[in-house]
Amino acid sequence: MSTSAETDSGRQRIRAVLRSQEGIVLLLAAAAFVLFSVLLPSFLSPGNLLALVRSVSILGILALGMALVVIARGIDVSMIAVMVVSVSWAFVITRAGYPFELALLIGAGFALLAGIAIGALIAFGEVPPIFATLAAGSVIYGTGRTFFFTLEMQNVPPDTDWFRLIGQGSLFGIPVTIVAFAILCVVVQLVLSRTRFGWTIYAMGNNPNAARITGLPVRPMIVAQYAISALIAYGAGLILASSASAINARLFNSTMIYDILLVVVLGGIGLNGGHGSVRNVVLGTVFVGILLNGMTILNIDYTIQNLVKGVVLLLAIVIDSIVNPRDEQTSQQGDL
Amino acid sequence: MASSDTLTRLRYRYLSGRLVGEILSKSWIDSAIPVAALLAVLVALAALIPGVFNAGYIADLSRQLAEFGLVALALTIVILSGGIDLSVGSTFALCVLGALVGMNVLDIGIAASLAVTLGVGIVCGLVNGVLIGYLRLRAFITTLVTLVIYRAIYDIVFPRLASVIVASTPDSPTWDYLGFGDFYGVPVSFIVFAAVALALHITLSRLRPGWRLRAVGGARKSAFNAGIDVKRTVCLAYVASGLLTAMAAFLFSARLGSTGADTGIGMEISVLTAVVLGGVSLGGGRGSVGNAIVGAILVLVLTNGLIRMSTPGSVNQLVLGAILILAVLFDAKWVKNRSKILSRVYVSPTYLALPERSKAAEAAFALNDRLGAAEPIGLGIVEGPEDVVLDADDNLYTGTRHGTIVRFLAPDYQRSEIFARIGGHPLGLAFAENGDLLTCVGGMGVYRVDREGVVSRVADETNRSWLSVIDDSRLRLPDDLDVAPDGRIFFSEATIRYEMADWVTDALEGRGNGRLICHDPRSGKTQTVLRGLVFPNGITMCRDGQSLLFAETWTCRISRYWFDGPNKGKREVFTANLPGYPDNINRGSNGTFWVALLGLRTPTFDLAMRKPAFRRRMARRIATDEWLFPNVNRGCVVHLSETGEILDVLWDQAGENHPSVTSTCEHKGYLYLGGVSNNRIGRVRLPDADPEWTARRDTWGRG
Repeated sequence: MSTSAETDSGRQRIRAVLRSQEGIVLLLAAAAFVLFSVLLPSFLSPGNLLALVRSVSILGILALGMALVVIARGIDVSMIAVMVVSVSWAFVITRAGYPFELALLIGAGFALLAGIAIGALIAFGEVPPIFATLAAGSVIYGTGRTFFFTLEMQNVPPDTDWFRLIGQGSLFGIPVTIVAFAILCVVVQLVLSRTRFGWTIYAMGNNPNAARITGLPVRPMIVAQYAISALIAYGAGLILASSASAINARLFNSTMIYDILLVVVLGGIGLNGGHGSVRNVVLGTVFVGILLNGMTILNIDYTIQNLVKGVVLLLAIVIDSIVNPRDEQTSQQGDL
Repeated sequence: MASSDTLTRLRYRYLSGRLVGEILSKSWIDSAIPVAALLAVLVALAALIPGVFNAGYIADLSRQLAEFGLVALALTIVILSGGIDLSVGSTFALCVLGALVGMNVLDIGIAASLAVTLGVGIVCGLVNGVLIGYLRLRAFITTLVTLVIYRAIYDIVFPRLASVIVASTPDSPTWDYLGFGDFYGVPVSFIVFAAVALALHITLSRLRPGWRLRAVGGARKSAFNAGIDVKRTVCLAYVASGLLTAMAAFLFSARLGSTGADTGIGMEISVLTAVVLGGVSLGGGRGSVGNAIVGAILVLVLTNGLIRMSTPGSVNQLVLGAILILAVLFDAKWVKNRSKILSRVYVSPTYLALPERSKAAEAAFALNDRLGAAEPIGLGIVEGPEDVVLDADDNLYTGTRHGTIVRFLAPDYQRSEIFARIGGHPLGLAFAENGDLLTCVGGMGVYRVDREGVVSRVADETNRSWLSVIDDSRLRLPDDLDVAPDGRIFFSEATIRYEMADWVTDALEGRGNGRLICHDPRSGKTQTVLRGLVFPNGITMCRDGQSLLFAETWTCRISRYWFDGPNKGKREVFTANLPGYPDNINRGSNGTFWVALLGLRTPTFDLAMRKPAFRRRMARRIATDEWLFPNVNRGCVVHLSETGEILDVLWDQAGENHPSVTSTCEHKGYLYLGGVSNNRIGRVRLPDADPEWTARRDTWGRG
C-alpha cells in the first residue's frame, strides 16, 4: 500500500517536472544535445564542449545579474551599455598613464554609480524599470562615446599579463571563466536561499505592495539590485575583454541583451518575478549555449541566428505567460 | 490693527491663489506644459542660431514631421490603449522595404505598392496585437522581441535586394509628387499627415472606437466590466499602429527612393521620447493627437538643432535618452501627485469679518423648547429632507438623499409614496402656479415634476462668464428657488467651486462663489442675475411681486433684491449679523417670513474667518477630517417681520428632533421643518397663526 503511494507520488513528481517549463527546457536541451552530437561530428569533441561552456559562461554571469533583478519584478536592459562603457573607460584611463589597478577600480566605481543612478530612478522616481533602463542604456552609451572614448575597439592595455589569465588561463585544467561562473552561481544561490537579502528579493517579486506594507526596505533594495547587476555586468565585461584581448563598444548595438533575456526566460524565471533560482539560470545558459554553438557549427548566417533566437525567445515568453499567468491582483495599471 | 485687517482683506481678495487651484483642475494643464516647453525651445533656438527658421528649413521640417509624426501617432494609439510598441522602428524598416520592392523591384505601380506597404504594416501590427491582446503577453518585452525579429528579417532580405533597389528608378510622377511635390507651397506629404492626424483626432476624441480605446487604457478592468471587448480593442490598437507606421514608411520611401542598413534603428527611442515629451501618459488613457504632434515637433527641432551645431551622433543619443528619462520621470510624478497638489491648493480662503453681536441682540435668541415637542413625520423613511412643501390638498412633499421626491398623504401623514425619481438629491422645492413641483437638484440643475410625477428638465446650465477659469456654465449646486408672479424662476447656486458633497468646504473660503440665476420659461433662457454672493441659499418672493429675499449663509445676512419695477437692480440688506447661518427663507402668515438657521456662529470660527492665512495653512497641512468647520450641528428657526425685525425664535433645546433646521413651511396653523442631514420631518403647532393660511394662497391668491 505504502509503496504504491510512494511510486504514485514519484510519478506525479516526474509528471510535474515534465509539465513545468524547466522540464520542457531540460528535455529540449537534451534533445538538442543528442541531435547535434549525432548530426555534427565535431560537436561532441572535448575541445568544442569546453569552448561551448566557456563562451556561454559570460552569458551565464550576465544572466545571474539579470536574474536577481527579474526575480524582484524588475528588468535591466542597460547591462550591456554599463559593461562596454565601464570596461572601455578603464582601458582608456590606463592608456592615459594611470596604474591599471586604479583604472579598474575607477571602472568599477563608474558601473556602481550607473547602477545606483538607475536604481534610484526606479525606486524613488517610480519610473517603470524597463523605461528607466532602456533610456539609461542610451544615456550611458552616449556619455561613453562622447566623453570617455572615441574608438569602438579598446584593446587590453599592454603589460597586464595577469589580466589575460582571467579569460585565457585555467585552474586545474578548467578555464578561469568557467570557475568564475561556478563561484558566482554558488554565491548567488547562497544569497538567494540563505540570506535576508535574498528572501526580500523573492518577497518583492511576489507582491511588491505587500512587501512594502510589511515594512521591507523596498526602495534601498531596488537600488541595491541594480547596483549589483551593474557590477556583475562590469565583471563579465572584464572577463570578455580578457578572453578576447579587447572590448568592442558596438556590442551595445548587438542582440546580446536579448541573449541574456533569452537565458533568463528560457531557464524558467518568470518575468512576473517571485520565482526562479540559480538552477534556472544554469539550465537556460546550457540550452542557449547548445543552441548558439550548434548554429555556429552549422555555419548559419548571423542574421538568421538572430531570427531564430528572436522566435525562440518569443515562444519562451508565450509559454511563460501561459505557465505563469499575470497576477491580476498584484499587477498594476500601466504595468508594461 | 484696522489697517492690517484692510491689508489682509485686499491681499486675499486680489491675490488669493484661487486661480492656481482652478488652473490645476483643468484637463488642458497636461498639454500646457509640453506646449510651453516647445515655445521655449523654439525661442532659444532662434536666439542661438540666427536665421534658423527660414522657408527652406520649415519645408524640410514639415516633410520630416510628416513621417516622424505619423510614427508618433502610431505609438500614441498603442500607449493610449495601455500598451507600448517598441517594434515601430523595425516595422518601419520592413515597410520601407515593402514599398521599394513594390516600386523598384517588381514595378507593380504605386497603388499596388501602397497596398503591399500597408499590408506589411498591418501584418507586423497584427502579430503584436494577437500576442499582446489575445495571448495577454507583456507589451514591452513582446514588442522588444518582435523588434529583434522584424529587424532580423530586414537584415536577411535587404542585402539580397539592395543592388536591385539602387539600380532601378521607378517611373511614376505620383510617386515623385508624393516625395517632393508641394501644393501651394505646402509639401504634399505634410498634407497627407495633417489629414490623417485630423481624422485620428476626431476618431479618438469624438467617436466610439476612440472612447473605447481610451477606456481600455485608462481602466482595463472597468472597461471589461462595462462590456468592451478589451482583447479586440488592444489588438486593433497594434494593427492601427502598424498601419500608420506603414504610411510613414511609404512617404519616407517616396522622399528618399532608397534605404540603408540602419533605417529605423533607434527610432523607437526618439519616437517614444517625442510621445512622452508631448504629454501622452505611459499609464494609458491620457493623451491626444495634439500631444503627439507637439512632442514630435519638439524632438525634431531638437535633433535638427543638434545636427546644425554639428555635434556627433553619440551626443544626440545622450540628449534624447536624457530627455526621455526626464520626461518619463515627470510623467510618473505628475500623474501620481497632480490630485494631491490640487487638493492642497484648491481651497483658497479670503478675509471675512462678521461684526460682534450685542447683548441685546443675543437676548432675542434666548433658548426655549418650542421644537422639542415637534411631531415626527416619516421618521426613518426619509433621509436628508432639505426642503418641505405642501400642495393644495395638504399633501406633504420632500426630497431625499436617495434621489427621490417622497409624498406624505394628508391628513395624518402616516402613509407615504415615492412621488418621483430624480436621480440627484432634490434640495429646494416650490410649486409653480399650475401646480407643477419645481426643484433644485444638487449637481444636476432645476427640474420640474408635474402632477403625475413625470420629471422634466428646466435648466442645467447658464451663461458662461468669460473670465472664469473653471467652467461656470454648468450648475453644480443649485440650492433654493422661488417663482415670480410672471412665471420666471429665480434660483440660487450656492457655489461654483465645489460639488454638493463638499458644500461645507466652501465655508472655509468665505468668498462670493455663489450666484443668483433666473430662468425665463417664455424664452427658455437661463441668465445669471447676480454674481459674487457668499453661499446664497434660501430665496423667497416679497409680496410686492418685484423683489425677492435671499440668504447668504456664511455672511449671516439676508438681502433684498429688486428684479422688476422702478427699483430694478437695487440690492439692500434686509437683516444682517444673524447669530447663525441662514438657510431657506419662506413666507409666513400675516406678512411675515420664516428663516431656518442651519448652524450657529462660534467665536472661534468667526476669528478663523478673519485669518485667511490660518485657514489656508490648515487646508494644506492637515487632513480634511481634522479641519475646523463651521458649527452646522445646532440651529433654530427665526420668525421675521416684513421689515426684518425678529419676532420669535424656536429652539429644540435637547437637540434630539431638529438640532439643525434647513427649511420651514407654514401651512394651516402648523410649521413643517426639514433638515438636510436629518432623518425626519417635524411639525409643530403655531397657536397664534392663521389656521387657514397657506403659502399657495398667499402667493397665487387661490387654492
